Amino acid sequence: MTKRTLFAGLLATGGVLVAGLAQAQDIINDELVINGDLNIVTQAPAADHLDYMSVVRSGWTFRSTETQAMQMDDFDNPGMLGVESAMSDFTTAMGADGESCASCHDGPESLSNVRATYPQWDEEHGEVQTVEMQVNECITERMGAEPWGYNSTEMINMSGLISWAGRGEIVDIAIDGPAQETWQMGKDLYYTRTGQLELSCANCHEDNYDNYIRADHLSMGMLTGFPTYRLKDARLVSVHSRFRGCIRDTRAETYAVGSPEFVALELYVMSRGNGLSVEGPAVRN
Amino acid sequence: MADNVRPRVRVPDSAAAGEVVSIKTLISHPMESGQRRDGDGNTIPRSIINRFVAAYNGETIIDVTMEPAISTNPYFEFQALIPESGTMTFTWYDDDGSVYEDAKDIAVG
Ligand code: HEC
Ligand code: HEC
Repeated sequence: MTKRTLFAGLLATGGVLVAGLAQAQDIINDELVINGDLNIVTQAPAADHLDYMSVVRSGWTFRSTETQAMQMDDFDNPGMLGVESAMSDFTTAMGADGESCASCHDGPESLSNVRATYPQWDEEHGEVQTVEMQVNECITERMGAEPWGYNSTEMINMSGLISWAGRGEIVDIAIDGPAQETWQMGKDLYYTRTGQLELSCANCHEDNYDNYIRADHLSMGMLTGFPTYRLKDARLVSVHSRFRGCIRDTRAETYAVGSPEFVALELYVMSRGNGLSVEGPAVRN
Repeated sequence: MADNVRPRVRVPDSAAAGEVVSIKTLISHPMESGQRRDGDGNTIPRSIINRFVAAYNGETIIDVTMEPAISTNPYFEFQALIPESGTMTFTWYDDDGSVYEDAKDIAVG
């Protein structure tokens, strides 16, 4: 489907208005330096597996200068409140043996490679795991405690801490080997049209990034900033909540948070960001 | 009562006499407006921080009355003229009677 027919389709439904086609933005601000010293790669050559894109860009490059500024200093980034709260959970004992995350992992810095390489295949469980699944594996199997809700505040905050610990690492998701089947399932979901509007992820985030949908500047739909602090919600938002929102916007029933479909989609979408830096917790509108 | 309320402030450690410095403050707080209803249709009671005061060596710099439309985690950024060394104090007043405080020293010279 070409851009023109997509817009015609959108306008015909009357539900989604496209407020002017932005000129392809030649001048983008891609220089994200956090706290004056942490350089973030926000633009990179697209991974080989991406057939229709030559360059990938962080969602940060699509936001307004005010929103961008909030992410450039941890004091101004409200997502850091969640990170700080997870920092104290990290050293809080729970479960049968009275252990905390820190009993086995020292500090969160020891998990700095996690965000850039998850979701990833877990040999023992024979499945692809997200960060949330891995954290619950430690909580239930190693600490003998009750699992956290996949989308609970504790879990989103911990996910934020793990992103923060891995900030600046270059995303490098393995898509071959045992993860390949799940990755393919995610890819198929990405290109499947859903809902009354019959739009796939690709229709918005691949065919129309840099255009405006209503008043929103469409990004490439990258996951490198998750969990993201959304100004609209005034809290950290998980990857799967974002997926639900985007699918609902096509007027479709969505998959559940933590479902195998969303795990596969997360693996695929995260791999589209291979080459960019981890930058979570990011600030978005 | 609001849980996990924690103030954060950023103030320079030092300044030249008479310098105007930038101060940032943020406090984690839900700022429940009192206008929302829960799943059963009951009003969620208002619970906000209703006043914020910053002072330097006892002299008030700003004194803000805060209203329910202010977002979660209120953030203030303002400037202050620093005549001499001293202590900047920050005080937030909660609807529930709690008072949250923080203080930072600034050295001049
Ligand atoms: C009793 C020791 C223990 C405790 C307590 C523990 N973990 Fe783990 N954790 C492990 C081990 C062992 C692994 C490696 C397992 C693997 O690679 O499959 C691991 C792996 C992980 C990983 C993935 C690391 C990687 O490089 O893939 C994350 C993330 C993690 N833990 C987070 C946590 C968090 C958060 C907590 C606290 C809620 C926690 N762990 C508590 C032992 C523990
Ligand atoms: C109708 C258009 C539309 C469709 C279809 C759509 N999205 Fe989005 N998506 C948006 C808009 C608008 C935003 C907010 C602005 C932005 O970041 O692009 C967004 C944001 C995102 C973000 C956050 C990016 C960031 O940097 O924080 C991700 C991730 C995302 N979408 C993934 C998806 C996935 C996966 C699908 C398919 C299941 C999808 N979207 C389908 C419109 C869409």
